Amino acid sequence: MSGGNFNNTNASARPWFERLDRIDRRWIFLLMFLAVSGPILWIGVTGKTLPEAPTLAARAVFQEIDQLPAHSLVLISFDYDPASAGELQPMATSLVRQCAAKNLRMVFIALWPLGNQVAQQTIQDVIGDDYPALKEGDDFVNMGYQAGNEAVMKLLLTDFAKAFPKDSRGEATSNIPMLKDVKMVSDFPLLISVSAGYPGSKEWVQYVISAYNEKMNFVTGCTGVSAPQLYPYFPQQIAGLLGAIKGAAEYESMVNESLAVDGVATAPKYLQAQRRMGPQLVAHLLMVGLIIVGNVIFFARKRRGAA
Amino acid sequence: MKRIIPMWIAIIGGFAMMLSSFVPLAESAGEMFADVFNVVAAIAFVLGAGSLAKQHLEKLSRRDAGWGYSIITLGSFLITLFIGLGKIGIHPNEQFPQAAYSGSNEMEGSAFGWIYEYMITPLTSTMFALLAFFVASAAFRAFRAKNTEAILLLVTAFIVLLGRTFAGVVLTGWFPDWASGLRLENLSIYVMQVFNTAGNRAIMIGIALGVAATGLRILFGIDRSWLGGGDA
Repeated sequence: MSGGNFNNTNASARPWFERLDRIDRRWIFLLMFLAVSGPILWIGVTGKTLPEAPTLAARAVFQEIDQLPAHSLVLISFDYDPASAGELQPMATSLVRQCAAKNLRMVFIALWPLGNQVAQQTIQDVIGDDYPALKEGDDFVNMGYQAGNEAVMKLLLTDFAKAFPKDSRGEATSNIPMLKDVKMVSDFPLLISVSAGYPGSKEWVQYVISAYNEKMNFVTGCTGVSAPQLYPYFPQQIAGLLGAIKGAAEYESMVNESLAVDGVATAPKYLQAQRRMGPQLVAHLLMVGLIIVGNVIFFARKRRGAA
Repeated sequence: MKRIIPMWIAIIGGFAMMLSSFVPLAESAGEMFADVFNVVAAIAFVLGAGSLAKQHLEKLSRRDAGWGYSIITLGSFLITLFIGLGKIGIHPNEQFPQAAYSGSNEMEGSAFGWIYEYMITPLTSTMFALLAFFVASAAFRAFRAKNTEAILLLVTAFIVLLGRTFAGVVLTGWFPDWASGLRLENLSIYVMQVFNTAGNRAIMIGIALGVAATGLRILFGIDRSWLGGGDA
Protein backbone atom coordinates (compact mmCIF):
# COMPACT_ATOMS: atom_id res chain seq x y z
CA MET A 1 0.00 0.00 0.00
CA SER A 2 2.70 2.38 1.04
CA GLY A 3 4.70 1.31 -2.00
CA GLY A 4 1.74 2.27 -4.21
CA ASN A 5 1.49 5.69 -2.56
CA PHE A 6 5.21 6.18 -2.96
CA ASN A 7 5.00 5.32 -6.67
CA ASN A 8 2.04 7.62 -7.20
CA THR A 9 3.86 10.49 -5.54
CA ASN A 10 6.93 9.75 -7.58
CA ALA A 11 4.90 9.59 -10.79
CA SER A 12 3.13 12.89 -10.12
CA ALA A 13 6.51 14.53 -9.51
CA ARG A 14 7.60 13.68 -13.03
CA PRO A 15 7.23 16.42 -15.67
CA TRP A 16 4.14 16.20 -17.90
CA PHE A 17 6.01 14.96 -20.95
CA GLU A 18 7.60 12.11 -18.99
CA ARG A 19 4.19 10.98 -17.79
CA LEU A 20 2.77 11.24 -21.30
CA ASP A 21 5.70 9.31 -22.74
CA ARG A 22 5.10 6.47 -20.30
CA ILE A 23 1.39 6.28 -21.01
CA ASP A 24 0.04 2.74 -21.08
CA ARG A 25 -0.28 1.72 -24.72
CA ARG A 26 -3.74 0.38 -24.03
CA TRP A 27 -4.93 4.02 -23.98
CA ILE A 28 -3.65 4.35 -27.55
CA PHE A 29 -5.42 1.12 -28.47
CA LEU A 30 -8.61 2.53 -26.97
CA LEU A 31 -8.24 5.76 -28.96
CA MET A 32 -7.75 3.76 -32.17
CA PHE A 33 -10.78 1.64 -31.34
CA LEU A 34 -12.91 4.76 -30.87
CA ALA A 35 -11.45 6.38 -34.00
CA VAL A 36 -12.51 3.40 -36.09
CA SER A 37 -15.75 2.34 -34.41
CA GLY A 38 -17.22 5.87 -34.15
CA PRO A 39 -17.31 6.53 -37.91
CA ILE A 40 -18.43 2.94 -38.62
CA LEU A 41 -21.46 3.47 -36.37
CA TRP A 42 -22.13 6.97 -37.70
CA ILE A 43 -21.98 5.87 -41.34
CA GLY A 44 -24.02 2.76 -40.51
CA VAL A 45 -26.78 4.89 -38.98
CA THR A 46 -26.80 7.82 -41.42
CA GLY A 47 -25.73 5.96 -44.57
CA LYS A 48 -23.69 9.00 -45.59
CA THR A 49 -20.32 8.60 -47.29
CA LEU A 50 -17.55 11.04 -48.10
CA PRO A 51 -17.26 12.34 -51.67
CA GLU A 52 -14.49 10.88 -53.83
CA ALA A 53 -12.53 12.53 -56.64
CA PRO A 54 -11.16 9.67 -58.77
CA THR A 55 -7.46 9.87 -59.59
CA LEU A 56 -5.95 9.07 -62.97
CA ALA A 57 -4.98 5.51 -61.94
CA ALA A 58 -8.53 4.68 -60.76
CA ARG A 59 -10.14 6.32 -63.81
CA ALA A 60 -7.89 4.21 -66.03
CA VAL A 61 -9.22 0.99 -64.44
CA PHE A 62 -12.80 2.07 -65.11
CA GLN A 63 -12.03 3.07 -68.70
CA GLU A 64 -10.13 -0.12 -69.54
CA ILE A 65 -13.21 -2.17 -68.65
CA ASP A 66 -15.68 0.33 -70.06
CA GLN A 67 -14.07 0.42 -73.50
CA LEU A 68 -14.29 -3.34 -74.04
CA PRO A 69 -17.06 -4.50 -76.41
CA ALA A 70 -19.81 -6.67 -74.92
CA HIS A 71 -18.96 -10.40 -74.66
CA SER A 72 -15.20 -9.72 -74.52
CA LEU A 73 -13.28 -12.20 -72.43
CA VAL A 74 -11.79 -10.96 -69.16
CA LEU A 75 -9.46 -12.99 -66.98
CA ILE A 76 -9.90 -12.09 -63.30
CA SER A 77 -7.34 -13.45 -60.87
CA PHE A 78 -8.18 -13.52 -57.15
CA ASP A 79 -4.73 -13.36 -55.60
CA TYR A 80 -5.70 -12.74 -52.00
CA ASP A 81 -7.32 -14.43 -49.02
CA PRO A 82 -9.75 -13.35 -46.27
CA ALA A 83 -6.95 -11.65 -44.29
CA SER A 84 -6.85 -8.87 -46.91
CA ALA A 85 -10.55 -8.98 -47.77
CA GLY A 86 -11.24 -5.88 -45.67
CA GLU A 87 -9.07 -3.89 -48.02
CA LEU A 88 -9.57 -5.75 -51.31
CA GLN A 89 -13.08 -7.19 -51.30
CA PRO A 90 -14.86 -3.88 -52.08
CA MET A 91 -12.76 -3.38 -55.22
CA ALA A 92 -13.23 -7.03 -56.27
CA THR A 93 -16.99 -6.61 -55.88
CA SER A 94 -17.04 -3.43 -57.97
CA LEU A 95 -14.77 -4.91 -60.65
CA VAL A 96 -17.03 -7.93 -61.08
CA ARG A 97 -20.10 -5.69 -61.00
CA GLN A 98 -18.79 -3.46 -63.81
CA CYS A 99 -17.79 -6.49 -65.90
CA ALA A 100 -21.20 -8.11 -65.34
CA ALA A 101 -23.05 -4.88 -66.16
CA LYS A 102 -20.99 -4.54 -69.36
CA ASN A 103 -21.92 -8.12 -70.24
CA LEU A 104 -18.30 -9.20 -70.43
CA ARG A 105 -17.46 -12.90 -70.22
CA MET A 106 -15.54 -13.42 -66.99
CA VAL A 107 -13.06 -16.19 -66.27
CA PHE A 108 -12.11 -16.36 -62.59
CA ILE A 109 -8.90 -17.96 -61.41
CA ALA A 110 -7.01 -17.99 -58.09
CA LEU A 111 -3.29 -18.30 -57.40
CA TRP A 112 -3.79 -18.16 -53.62
CA PRO A 113 -5.16 -21.28 -51.91
CA LEU A 114 -8.12 -19.42 -50.41
CA GLY A 115 -8.62 -17.18 -53.45
CA ASN A 116 -11.10 -19.65 -54.92
CA GLN A 117 -13.45 -19.27 -51.96
CA VAL A 118 -13.19 -15.48 -52.13
CA ALA A 119 -13.94 -15.59 -55.86
CA GLN A 120 -16.91 -17.90 -55.32
CA GLN A 121 -18.30 -15.59 -52.65
CA THR A 122 -17.92 -12.57 -54.94
CA ILE A 123 -19.62 -14.41 -57.81
CA GLN A 124 -22.52 -15.26 -55.52
CA ASP A 125 -22.81 -11.73 -54.10
CA VAL A 126 -22.68 -9.94 -57.44
CA ILE A 127 -23.64 -12.27 -60.27
CA GLY A 128 -25.81 -14.67 -58.28
CA ASP A 129 -27.80 -11.92 -56.58
CA ASP A 130 -27.94 -9.12 -59.16
CA TYR A 131 -27.18 -10.63 -62.57
CA PRO A 132 -29.01 -13.99 -62.46
CA ALA A 133 -29.41 -13.99 -66.24
CA LEU A 134 -25.68 -14.64 -66.65
CA LYS A 135 -25.11 -18.34 -67.19
CA GLU A 136 -22.19 -20.28 -65.75
CA GLY A 137 -20.05 -21.67 -68.55
CA ASP A 138 -21.38 -19.20 -71.12
CA ASP A 139 -20.96 -15.84 -69.41
CA PHE A 140 -18.69 -16.62 -66.49
CA VAL A 141 -16.72 -19.51 -65.10
CA ASN A 142 -14.69 -20.08 -61.96
CA MET A 143 -11.60 -22.14 -62.75
CA GLY A 144 -10.61 -22.36 -59.08
CA TYR A 145 -7.19 -22.44 -57.46
CA GLN A 146 -4.06 -23.77 -59.08
CA ALA A 147 -0.82 -24.32 -57.16
CA GLY A 148 2.50 -23.33 -58.67
CA ASN A 149 2.61 -19.53 -58.52
CA GLU A 150 4.72 -18.24 -61.44
CA ALA A 151 4.76 -21.68 -63.06
CA VAL A 152 0.99 -21.38 -63.56
CA MET A 153 1.53 -18.00 -65.21
CA LYS A 154 4.21 -19.48 -67.48
CA LEU A 155 1.83 -22.28 -68.47
CA LEU A 156 -0.93 -19.76 -69.19
CA LEU A 157 1.39 -18.16 -71.74
CA THR A 158 1.27 -21.27 -73.90
CA ASP A 159 -1.68 -23.44 -72.85
CA PHE A 160 -4.64 -22.25 -70.79
CA ALA A 161 -6.25 -25.70 -70.56
CA LYS A 162 -3.05 -27.23 -69.23
CA ALA A 163 -2.82 -24.64 -66.46
CA PHE A 164 -6.51 -25.03 -65.60
CA PRO A 165 -7.69 -28.44 -66.88
CA LYS A 166 -11.13 -28.13 -65.24
CA ASP A 167 -13.30 -25.56 -63.53
CA SER A 168 -14.31 -25.49 -59.87
CA ARG A 169 -17.40 -27.64 -60.65
CA GLY A 170 -15.19 -30.33 -62.16
CA GLU A 171 -16.18 -29.57 -65.76
CA ALA A 172 -13.33 -30.12 -68.23
CA THR A 173 -12.02 -26.88 -69.73
CA SER A 174 -12.51 -28.25 -73.26
CA ASN A 175 -16.25 -28.65 -72.54
CA ILE A 176 -16.80 -25.06 -71.35
CA PRO A 177 -18.49 -23.16 -74.22
CA MET A 178 -17.05 -19.72 -73.42
CA LEU A 179 -13.49 -21.12 -73.43
CA LYS A 180 -13.63 -22.97 -76.74
CA ASP A 181 -11.58 -20.28 -78.51
CA VAL A 182 -9.17 -19.72 -75.64
CA LYS A 183 -5.75 -21.24 -76.26
CA MET A 184 -3.54 -19.05 -74.14
CA VAL A 185 -3.63 -16.03 -71.87
CA SER A 186 -3.18 -13.55 -74.73
CA ASP A 187 -6.66 -14.51 -75.97
CA PHE A 188 -7.98 -12.38 -73.14
CA PRO A 189 -7.91 -8.69 -74.09
CA LEU A 190 -7.94 -7.73 -70.42
CA LEU A 191 -6.38 -9.25 -67.33
CA ILE A 192 -7.49 -8.11 -63.88
CA SER A 193 -5.68 -9.09 -60.71
CA VAL A 194 -6.84 -8.30 -57.20
CA SER A 195 -3.67 -8.91 -55.32
CA ALA A 196 -2.45 -8.94 -51.73
CA GLY A 197 1.18 -9.87 -52.41
CA TYR A 198 3.02 -12.88 -53.79
CA PRO A 199 2.06 -14.25 -56.24
CA GLY A 200 0.14 -11.29 -57.57
CA SER A 201 0.26 -8.16 -59.67
CA LYS A 202 4.05 -7.91 -59.80
CA GLU A 203 4.43 -11.48 -61.03
CA TRP A 204 1.67 -10.98 -63.61
CA VAL A 205 3.67 -8.05 -64.99
CA GLN A 206 6.96 -9.95 -64.95
CA TYR A 207 5.76 -13.23 -66.44
CA VAL A 208 2.72 -12.40 -68.57
CA ILE A 209 2.36 -8.71 -69.36
CA SER A 210 6.03 -8.28 -70.26
CA ALA A 211 5.49 -11.00 -72.90
CA TYR A 212 2.13 -9.77 -74.22
CA ASN A 213 2.09 -6.06 -73.41
CA GLU A 214 0.77 -5.15 -76.86
CA LYS A 215 -1.85 -7.91 -77.08
CA MET A 216 -3.53 -7.52 -73.72
CA ASN A 217 -4.06 -4.88 -71.06
CA PHE A 218 -3.63 -5.32 -67.36
CA VAL A 219 -5.36 -3.53 -64.48
CA THR A 220 -4.93 -4.34 -60.85
CA GLY A 221 -6.13 -3.60 -57.36
CA CYS A 222 -3.74 -4.07 -54.48
CA THR A 223 -3.22 -3.52 -50.77
CA GLY A 224 -1.76 -0.27 -49.43
CA VAL A 225 1.58 -1.84 -48.58
CA SER A 226 2.10 -3.26 -52.08
CA ALA A 227 0.93 -0.16 -53.99
CA PRO A 228 4.33 1.61 -53.83
CA GLN A 229 5.97 -1.40 -55.51
CA LEU A 230 3.45 -1.31 -58.36
CA TYR A 231 3.46 2.42 -59.16
CA PRO A 232 6.69 2.04 -61.23
CA TYR A 233 4.70 -0.12 -63.68
CA PHE A 234 1.90 2.42 -64.13
CA PRO A 235 0.81 3.26 -66.84
CA GLN A 236 3.02 1.25 -69.23
CA GLN A 237 2.66 -2.32 -67.96
CA ILE A 238 -0.22 -1.71 -65.56
CA ALA A 239 -2.86 0.31 -67.40
CA GLY A 240 -4.87 1.08 -64.27
CA LEU A 241 -4.16 0.75 -60.57
CA LEU A 242 -6.39 0.75 -57.49
CA GLY A 243 -4.26 1.34 -54.42
CA ALA A 244 -5.84 0.14 -51.17
CA ILE A 245 -9.26 1.18 -49.91
CA LYS A 246 -8.80 4.74 -51.21
CA GLY A 247 -8.38 3.48 -54.80
CA ALA A 248 -11.31 1.12 -54.24
CA ALA A 249 -13.52 3.99 -53.03
CA GLU A 250 -12.65 6.13 -56.06
CA TYR A 251 -13.37 3.27 -58.45
CA GLU A 252 -16.52 2.23 -56.59
CA SER A 253 -17.92 5.76 -56.83
CA MET A 254 -17.36 5.73 -60.60
CA VAL A 255 -19.03 2.34 -61.04
CA ASN A 256 -21.96 3.39 -58.85
CA GLU A 257 -22.36 6.62 -60.80
CA SER A 258 -22.31 4.82 -64.14
CA LEU A 259 -24.88 2.25 -63.01
CA ALA A 260 -27.09 4.57 -60.95
CA VAL A 261 -30.81 4.34 -61.53
CA ASP A 262 -32.95 7.36 -60.66
CA GLY A 263 -34.87 6.85 -57.43
CA VAL A 264 -33.11 3.58 -56.58
CA ALA A 265 -30.60 3.65 -53.74
CA THR A 266 -27.30 1.84 -54.26
CA ALA A 267 -27.16 -1.41 -52.30
CA PRO A 268 -24.89 -1.21 -49.20
CA LYS A 269 -22.67 -4.02 -50.56
CA TYR A 270 -21.67 -1.67 -53.41
CA LEU A 271 -20.74 1.12 -50.97
CA GLN A 272 -18.29 -0.80 -48.80
CA ALA A 273 -15.16 1.04 -49.94
CA GLN A 274 -16.71 4.49 -49.62
CA ARG A 275 -18.04 3.58 -46.20
CA ARG A 276 -14.58 2.52 -45.07
CA MET A 277 -13.10 5.90 -45.98
CA GLY A 278 -14.80 7.41 -42.90
CA PRO A 279 -12.95 5.21 -40.36
CA GLN A 280 -9.80 5.63 -42.43
CA LEU A 281 -10.08 9.43 -42.25
CA VAL A 282 -10.42 9.50 -38.45
CA ALA A 283 -7.76 6.80 -37.96
CA HIS A 284 -5.30 8.75 -40.15
CA LEU A 285 -6.04 11.96 -38.22
CA LEU A 286 -5.39 10.09 -34.98
CA MET A 287 -2.10 8.80 -36.36
CA VAL A 288 -1.05 12.32 -37.33
CA GLY A 289 -2.06 13.56 -33.86
CA LEU A 290 -0.10 10.77 -32.15
CA ILE A 291 3.00 11.51 -34.23
CA ILE A 292 2.75 15.21 -33.33
CA VAL A 293 2.30 14.48 -29.61
CA GLY A 294 5.19 12.00 -29.73
CA ASN A 295 7.43 14.66 -31.25
CA VAL A 296 6.33 17.34 -28.77
CA ILE A 297 7.41 14.94 -26.00
CA PHE A 298 10.66 14.26 -27.83
CA PHE A 299 11.55 17.96 -28.14
CA ALA A 300 10.42 18.76 -24.58
CA ARG A 301 12.74 16.04 -23.25
CA LYS A 302 15.53 17.26 -25.47
CA ARG A 303 15.09 20.82 -24.22
CA ARG A 304 15.01 19.70 -20.61
CA GLY A 305 18.12 17.60 -21.20
CA ALA A 306 19.93 20.56 -22.80
CA ALA A 307 18.90 22.88 -19.94
CA MET B 1 25.62 -38.09 -56.57
CA LYS B 2 23.26 -36.48 -54.05
CA ARG B 3 24.58 -33.10 -55.10
CA ILE B 4 25.45 -33.66 -58.77
CA ILE B 5 22.02 -34.91 -59.93
CA PRO B 6 20.00 -32.00 -58.39
CA MET B 7 22.58 -29.57 -59.77
CA TRP B 8 22.20 -30.90 -63.32
CA ILE B 9 18.40 -30.89 -63.01
CA ALA B 10 18.61 -27.21 -62.01
CA ILE B 11 21.02 -26.38 -64.84
CA ILE B 12 19.00 -28.15 -67.56
CA GLY B 13 15.65 -26.87 -66.22
CA GLY B 14 16.95 -23.33 -65.83
CA PHE B 15 18.40 -23.18 -69.35
CA ALA B 16 15.24 -24.73 -70.82
CA MET B 17 13.03 -22.16 -69.09
CA MET B 18 15.31 -19.31 -70.16
CA LEU B 19 15.60 -20.45 -73.77
CA SER B 20 11.83 -21.05 -74.04
CA SER B 21 11.34 -17.29 -73.77
CA PHE B 22 13.62 -16.60 -76.75
CA VAL B 23 13.82 -19.73 -78.92
CA PRO B 24 10.50 -21.12 -80.29
CA LEU B 25 12.00 -24.64 -80.53
CA ALA B 26 12.63 -24.69 -76.78
CA GLU B 27 9.03 -23.72 -75.93
CA SER B 28 7.87 -27.30 -75.43
CA ALA B 29 10.82 -28.03 -73.12
CA GLY B 30 9.92 -24.93 -71.08
CA GLU B 31 6.31 -26.14 -70.88
CA MET B 32 7.44 -29.57 -69.72
CA PHE B 33 9.53 -28.07 -66.92
CA ALA B 34 6.63 -25.80 -65.94
CA ASP B 35 4.46 -28.96 -65.70
CA VAL B 36 7.10 -30.65 -63.58
CA PHE B 37 7.27 -27.56 -61.37
CA ASN B 38 3.49 -27.81 -60.80
CA VAL B 39 3.83 -31.44 -59.75
CA VAL B 40 6.71 -30.57 -57.41
CA ALA B 41 4.66 -27.66 -55.98
CA ALA B 42 1.80 -30.09 -55.23
CA ILE B 43 4.22 -32.53 -53.55
CA ALA B 44 5.64 -29.62 -51.54
CA PHE B 45 2.24 -29.29 -49.84
CA VAL B 46 2.62 -32.86 -48.52
CA LEU B 47 6.18 -32.11 -47.46
CA GLY B 48 5.02 -28.92 -45.73
CA ALA B 49 2.28 -30.80 -43.89
CA GLY B 50 4.77 -33.43 -42.73
CA SER B 51 7.21 -30.78 -41.59
CA LEU B 52 4.49 -28.93 -39.67
CA ALA B 53 3.38 -32.12 -37.91
CA LYS B 54 6.96 -33.12 -37.08
CA GLN B 55 7.89 -29.71 -35.67
CA HIS B 56 4.84 -29.44 -33.43
CA LEU B 57 5.01 -33.06 -32.27
CA GLU B 58 8.63 -32.47 -31.23
CA LYS B 59 7.59 -29.31 -29.40
CA LEU B 60 4.85 -31.25 -27.62
CA SER B 61 7.10 -34.14 -26.62
CA ARG B 62 9.70 -31.74 -25.21
CA ARG B 63 7.01 -29.65 -23.47
CA ASP B 64 8.59 -26.50 -24.90
CA ALA B 65 7.21 -23.07 -24.00
CA GLY B 66 3.81 -22.59 -25.68
CA TRP B 67 3.28 -26.32 -26.29
CA GLY B 68 -0.44 -25.78 -25.73
CA TYR B 69 -0.57 -23.83 -28.99
CA SER B 70 0.93 -26.85 -30.76
CA ILE B 71 -2.07 -28.91 -29.66
CA ILE B 72 -4.38 -26.32 -31.22
CA THR B 73 -2.29 -26.21 -34.42
CA LEU B 74 -2.16 -29.99 -34.78
CA GLY B 75 -5.83 -30.38 -33.84
CA SER B 76 -6.93 -27.78 -36.39
CA PHE B 77 -4.66 -29.32 -39.00
CA LEU B 78 -5.96 -32.86 -38.50
CA ILE B 79 -9.62 -31.81 -38.37
CA THR B 80 -9.29 -29.74 -41.55
CA LEU B 81 -7.40 -32.56 -43.28
CA PHE B 82 -10.05 -35.09 -42.27
CA ILE B 83 -12.90 -32.85 -43.43
CA GLY B 84 -11.13 -32.02 -46.69
CA LEU B 85 -10.13 -35.57 -47.60
CA GLY B 86 -13.39 -37.05 -46.35
CA LYS B 87 -15.42 -34.41 -48.25
CA ILE B 88 -17.67 -34.06 -45.22
CA GLY B 89 -21.05 -32.45 -45.90
CA ILE B 90 -20.76 -32.20 -49.68
CA HIS B 91 -23.49 -33.03 -52.16
CA PRO B 92 -22.86 -35.00 -55.36
CA ASN B 93 -21.90 -33.05 -58.48
CA GLU B 94 -24.90 -32.23 -60.71
CA GLN B 95 -23.23 -34.07 -63.59
CA PHE B 96 -22.63 -37.23 -61.56
CA PRO B 97 -25.55 -37.47 -59.12
CA GLN B 98 -24.89 -41.18 -58.51
CA ALA B 99 -21.36 -40.62 -57.19
CA ALA B 100 -21.59 -39.52 -53.56
CA TYR B 101 -18.14 -37.95 -53.46
CA SER B 102 -18.21 -36.19 -56.86
CA GLY B 103 -18.95 -32.77 -55.35
CA SER B 104 -16.33 -30.19 -54.53
CA ASN B 105 -15.17 -29.12 -51.09
CA GLU B 106 -15.77 -25.50 -52.11
CA MET B 107 -19.48 -25.96 -52.69
CA GLU B 108 -22.01 -24.21 -50.47
CA GLY B 109 -22.99 -26.08 -47.33
CA SER B 110 -19.84 -28.20 -47.09
CA ALA B 111 -18.03 -28.52 -43.76
CA PHE B 112 -14.93 -27.15 -45.44
CA GLY B 113 -16.94 -24.09 -46.50
CA TRP B 114 -18.15 -23.70 -42.91
CA ILE B 115 -14.57 -23.70 -41.63
CA TYR B 116 -13.67 -21.12 -44.26
CA GLU B 117 -16.60 -18.83 -43.52
CA TYR B 118 -16.78 -19.04 -39.75
CA MET B 119 -13.18 -19.71 -38.73
CA ILE B 120 -10.60 -18.73 -41.35
CA THR B 121 -12.28 -15.52 -42.46
CA PRO B 122 -12.88 -13.96 -39.00
CA LEU B 123 -9.53 -15.17 -37.59
CA THR B 124 -7.38 -13.87 -40.44
CA SER B 125 -9.36 -10.62 -40.66
CA THR B 126 -8.88 -10.08 -36.92
CA MET B 127 -5.14 -10.64 -37.19
CA PHE B 128 -4.94 -8.11 -40.02
CA ALA B 129 -7.11 -5.57 -38.17
CA LEU B 130 -4.84 -5.72 -35.11
CA LEU B 131 -2.14 -4.05 -37.19
CA ALA B 132 -3.95 -0.71 -36.89
CA PHE B 133 -3.52 -0.75 -33.11
CA PHE B 134 0.16 -1.62 -33.17
CA VAL B 135 0.90 0.88 -35.94
CA ALA B 136 -0.75 3.63 -33.87
CA SER B 137 1.32 2.72 -30.82
CA ALA B 138 4.51 2.57 -32.90
CA ALA B 139 3.73 5.95 -34.49
CA PHE B 140 3.47 7.52 -31.03
CA ARG B 141 6.62 5.94 -29.60
CA ALA B 142 9.06 5.68 -32.52
CA PHE B 143 8.20 8.23 -35.22
CA ARG B 144 10.48 11.02 -33.92
CA ALA B 145 12.18 13.83 -35.87
CA LYS B 146 15.65 12.81 -34.73
CA ASN B 147 17.56 13.83 -37.88
CA THR B 148 17.07 15.19 -41.39
CA GLU B 149 16.11 11.79 -42.86
CA ALA B 150 13.52 11.26 -40.12
CA ILE B 151 12.08 14.75 -40.76
CA LEU B 152 11.75 13.98 -44.48
CA LEU B 153 10.02 10.70 -43.62
CA LEU B 154 7.67 12.51 -41.24
CA VAL B 155 6.70 15.15 -43.80
CA THR B 156 6.09 12.44 -46.42
CA ALA B 157 4.00 10.45 -43.93
CA PHE B 158 1.85 13.50 -43.16
CA ILE B 159 1.31 14.23 -46.85
CA VAL B 160 0.30 10.64 -47.64
CA LEU B 161 -1.77 10.09 -44.47
CA LEU B 162 -3.77 13.28 -45.02
CA GLY B 163 -3.75 13.22 -48.82
CA ARG B 164 -5.23 9.71 -48.97
CA THR B 165 -8.34 10.83 -47.04
CA PHE B 166 -10.95 13.58 -47.24
CA ALA B 167 -8.84 15.56 -44.74
CA GLY B 168 -6.59 16.60 -47.61
CA VAL B 169 -9.53 18.08 -49.50
CA VAL B 170 -10.78 19.94 -46.40
CA LEU B 171 -7.35 21.32 -45.49
CA THR B 172 -6.06 22.34 -48.90
CA GLY B 173 -9.02 22.07 -51.27
CA TRP B 174 -9.40 25.86 -51.18
CA PHE B 175 -5.99 26.43 -52.81
CA PRO B 176 -6.42 28.33 -56.10
CA ASP B 177 -6.04 26.45 -59.39
CA TRP B 178 -2.57 27.79 -60.07
CA ALA B 179 -1.45 26.21 -56.78
CA SER B 180 -3.47 23.00 -57.19
CA GLY B 181 -0.25 20.98 -57.29
CA LEU B 182 0.21 21.86 -53.61
CA ARG B 183 -3.13 20.38 -52.58
CA LEU B 184 -2.48 17.43 -50.28
CA GLU B 185 -4.34 14.92 -52.46
CA ASN B 186 -2.21 15.95 -55.47
CA LEU B 187 0.97 16.06 -53.40
CA SER B 188 0.36 12.51 -52.17
CA ILE B 189 -0.04 11.31 -55.77
CA TYR B 190 3.13 13.20 -56.70
CA VAL B 191 5.02 11.53 -53.83
CA MET B 192 3.77 8.09 -54.90
CA GLN B 193 4.37 8.52 -58.61
CA VAL B 194 7.65 10.44 -58.62
CA PHE B 195 9.71 9.94 -55.46
CA ASN B 196 8.37 6.48 -54.71
CA THR B 197 8.61 5.33 -58.33
CA ALA B 198 12.18 6.59 -58.66
CA GLY B 199 13.26 4.89 -55.43
CA ASN B 200 11.44 1.67 -56.18
CA ARG B 201 12.82 1.49 -59.72
CA ALA B 202 16.34 1.84 -58.36
CA ILE B 203 15.70 -0.97 -55.88
CA MET B 204 14.03 -3.15 -58.54
CA ILE B 205 16.88 -2.71 -61.02
CA GLY B 206 19.37 -3.54 -58.27
CA ILE B 207 17.41 -6.65 -57.28
CA ALA B 208 17.03 -7.73 -60.93
CA LEU B 209 20.77 -7.45 -61.51
CA GLY B 210 21.39 -9.42 -58.32
CA VAL B 211 18.88 -12.11 -59.32
CA ALA B 212 20.40 -12.35 -62.81
CA ALA B 213 23.91 -12.65 -61.37
CA THR B 214 22.84 -15.29 -58.82
CA GLY B 215 20.81 -17.13 -61.48
CA LEU B 216 23.79 -17.30 -63.81
CA ARG B 217 26.03 -18.54 -60.97
CA ILE B 218 23.52 -21.35 -60.28
CA LEU B 219 23.05 -22.16 -63.99
CA PHE B 220 26.79 -22.48 -64.53
CA GLY B 221 27.18 -24.55 -61.37
CA ILE B 222 29.41 -21.95 -59.67
CA ASP B 223 27.01 -21.33 -56.77
CA ARG B 224 26.05 -24.61 -55.10
CA SER B 225 25.05 -23.23 -51.71
CA TRP B 226 21.36 -23.99 -52.45
CA LEU B 227 22.25 -27.70 -52.33
CA GLY B 228 23.19 -27.27 -48.68
CA GLY B 229 26.52 -27.82 -46.98
CA GLY B 230 28.23 -24.59 -48.16
CA ASP B 231 29.78 -23.60 -51.47
CA ALA B 232 32.02 -26.60 -51.90
